[in-house]
Order: sequence, then C-alpha cells, then structure tokens
Amino acid sequence: MAAVLVSTTINGDAVEFACPPEESLLSVLRNRLGMTGSKEGCSTGDCGACSVTLDGRIVCSCLVLGVEVDGRSVDTIEGMAEDGVLHPLQENFIEYAALQCGICTPGFLMAAKGLLERNPDPSETEIRYALAGNLCRCTGYDKIVRAVQATAKELRQKDKKKGRRKKKA
Amino acid sequence: MERDSAMRYQKPSTTKEAAALLHAEPGAAYVLAGGTDLLVRLKLGHIEPELLVDIKHIPAMREISHSAKGTRIGAAVSGAELGEHKAIAKAWPGIVEATNLIGSDQVQNRCTMVGNLCNASPAADSVPAMIAAGAKAVVVGHKGRRTVAVEKIVAGPGRTSLAKGELIEAVILPARPARSGDAYLRFTPRTEMDIAVVSAGVNLTLERGRIKTARVALGAVAPTAVLVPAAARAIIGTKLDEEALEKLAAACSAACNPIDDKRGTIEYRTKVAGVLAKRAAKIAFQRAGGA
Repeated sequence: MAAVLVSTTINGDAVEFACPPEESLLSVLRNRLGMTGSKEGCSTGDCGACSVTLDGRIVCSCLVLGVEVDGRSVDTIEGMAEDGVLHPLQENFIEYAALQCGICTPGFLMAAKGLLERNPDPSETEIRYALAGNLCRCTGYDKIVRAVQATAKELRQKDKKKGRRKKKA
Repeated sequence: MERDSAMRYQKPSTTKEAAALLHAEPGAAYVLAGGTDLLVRLKLGHIEPELLVDIKHIPAMREISHSAKGTRIGAAVSGAELGEHKAIAKAWPGIVEATNLIGSDQVQNRCTMVGNLCNASPAADSVPAMIAAGAKAVVVGHKGRRTVAVEKIVAGPGRTSLAKGELIEAVILPARPARSGDAYLRFTPRTEMDIAVVSAGVNLTLERGRIKTARVALGAVAPTAVLVPAAARAIIGTKLDEEALEKLAAACSAACNPIDDKRGTIEYRTKVAGVLAKRAAKIAFQRAGGA
C-alpha cells in the first residue's frame, strides 16, 4: 500500500511524515526524520534502547507503528536537553559513569525521567523495577541506579528551595 | 521500509465496523491493540497480514465500567491503565497483579488483557487469573455478539476459538459478594521480565468463615490454561485447613499435562503447580477476610 500521511507532535513540534503502515515508529524517527537518538537494540520490545514517550507514557518505539502516532504526542531523547542545557539525569549519567558504549543510554534516560516525574523519591528497588525494561550489557546497572538516585536527590532539593523561595515571596 | 507488502491499516470507531472490516478481508487480517505480541510477529515475518485493524479508537474498547452484572474492561485498556484503576485493584487484586506482571513498564503501557488472551500462549499471565475469576469475553462478529467464558477462547498454543471476522470487545468480571478474594502467583527464575514456568490463580467467596464457592486455574502446565474443578471442590466447605490445602495441591498436580523444556521439567512443573495453588489460595482466603 502507498505510504500513509501522519500528522503528529514530536518534542512539542508539529511534524508530518509519510510511511507504509508496517513501518515502526523507531524506523520513522531514525530513517525518515533523522532523529537517531533512539537506538535499535533488539527490535522486539525486550531491550528498551528505543524507549520514547507516547502521550506521556513510556513505550518501545520498535513496538509502535508510525501510523499509530497520528494526532498523538511523542517525546524522544532529542527533547531532553533544553536550550543546550543537559537534563540533570544526563549530567549525572556522565558524572557517575553510568554508560560505556552508550547504546542503551537514551532508553535508560527516558525511562528514568518518567520514573522521577511519577515518583520523586523512589527506593532502589523501585528504580530497578522501573528500569527492568532497559537492558545494559556494559555497566552492570549499579552506576545507572546510583546516577538516578543522585538525580532524584538533587531534584528534590531543588524543589524544596523553590518552595522556600515561594514562601518568602 | 522493513518489508515490501500491501498491508493496510484501519482504525475504525465502532466494534461493528471493526468486525465488518475483519469479515470483508479475504486475506490475513489481525486485530491490533497494544501490539506487544503482534508487532513482534510481524517484524519476525511470522505473519504477513493484508490488514491490521487498530481497535484503540473504539470508545467501547477503551473504557472500564461497572454495572449490576459486574465490571467491564474494554479490550484496548492497557495493563498500566488497569493497574491505575483503584476500584478494580481493590476488588480484583489477583487479576490486576497478573496483568501487571506482563513485561516492562514499556510493555505495560501498551499491552492488554484481551491481547494476552488472544495471543493464546499457554503461559499467559492474565489468563489463569481471568479463568479463576469466572470472566466472560464479549465476542463480536459481523452477525452479532455472544458472551463466552474466557476458558473457551483459547483452543491451543497460539490458537483461539474465534471465528474469522470475530473479535473480543471486552472482558466482564462478574459481580460477587463482599467476602471474596482472588490471587495469582507465577514461578519465574527472575523477578521481572520473565515468562511463567508455572502459574496459579484462585478466586473464592466465604460464608460464615468457610469457603462457599471457589475457582482454581493453572497456567503453563498444559497446552492452554486449565480450570481445575477438582481443586475447587477440595477447598469448598473448608476453612482452608492443612488437609484441604494438601487435597488442593494434589488435585492441581493431577490436572497438569506440561511439557519438558529448558525452563522446567514435567516433574518440576507438576509439583510446583500444587505449591503455587496452595499459596495463592491462602492469599485469596486472607483477602476475602478469612482467618
């Protein structure tokens, strides 16, 4: 069948593309839109390297068809840093050496960001469960967990400060 | 890009329209809900559909509703959405726990209970829990609709009893008395991201401290999940004492017809089915308010 025209929102921007119905969202992002931050690991939904959010929920973009995102909102790793400033999670992944080869990193960052938005103070167990859909064959996970814990702490302290400033004002 | 084909994609807004599309397609047609099984099979070339019918734009499939008959869960409700629904989590914790065991958060945000059922894996987590619950599937075809017990849907590994053109619109969990409880347990070598080696679902209702009604179902021990009436009979009328539990376990082991594979031997699965059923029965009993 001829390609289908899809109108969607990616990282806040209106985007249009055409793709055949069987093409995955991951392939659309990487091969049609040049957004190669989402990685292709297993392509069967097991490794999480292609994780993006669809209407705010984390999904494997290899298990979503491009045509399914018509009228919906997609966020990818390319939208995580704002105006050239890295997200605290990204900073801490560097600080804690939570990556080696880097293929799994975008997926881990997307999943960890979603976790901290839902739960600002996760236990180590909660972090490990929330990241169970992301596989890393280099780090042994420990450094990733530490980076997420450090970021959670940082963000909570920032929130507290903000709260205090508001009270004073 | 991945495959040169003529596959079409449709997103109807009613179940009737979906059934008509599936019925009218002469070639291979599949229902797309969360896609966590279907898109893997598509990718691996195990299926070559002419038509995919996406059911996520059908309001009746997206809803969870309650009536005197029971709780109706639409076929396109994701595992995550089910888990976030407080009333269902309270009334049917076994169903919710079973469904939430499927895959990662990424999978939970897409996968559905009905998809788990129709994928027809013998090890599907939500299926023994649904069978134990006495759940019914609302099956819609181009000629009309019928309501079928969940245990009648799966015909064998990867096969369902649905006729061509039929699809499931929702699952109905029956209304039940207050002192009821359900539980689902599975055994996996890993704590997350694994497939059941053996599983057991138990649903029961108490009257004056004794089990009045019960349903027990097992997964991954036969070509399909199995309802074990003898296991239910072993605990009905009891306070779930040691003797009743032993009889329950023996009935469950007797109902097993498992395969031998790298994840578990026949002997292992047969033994563990009884152990898990006992543990699940104890949890269900406690949840029903039994002491």
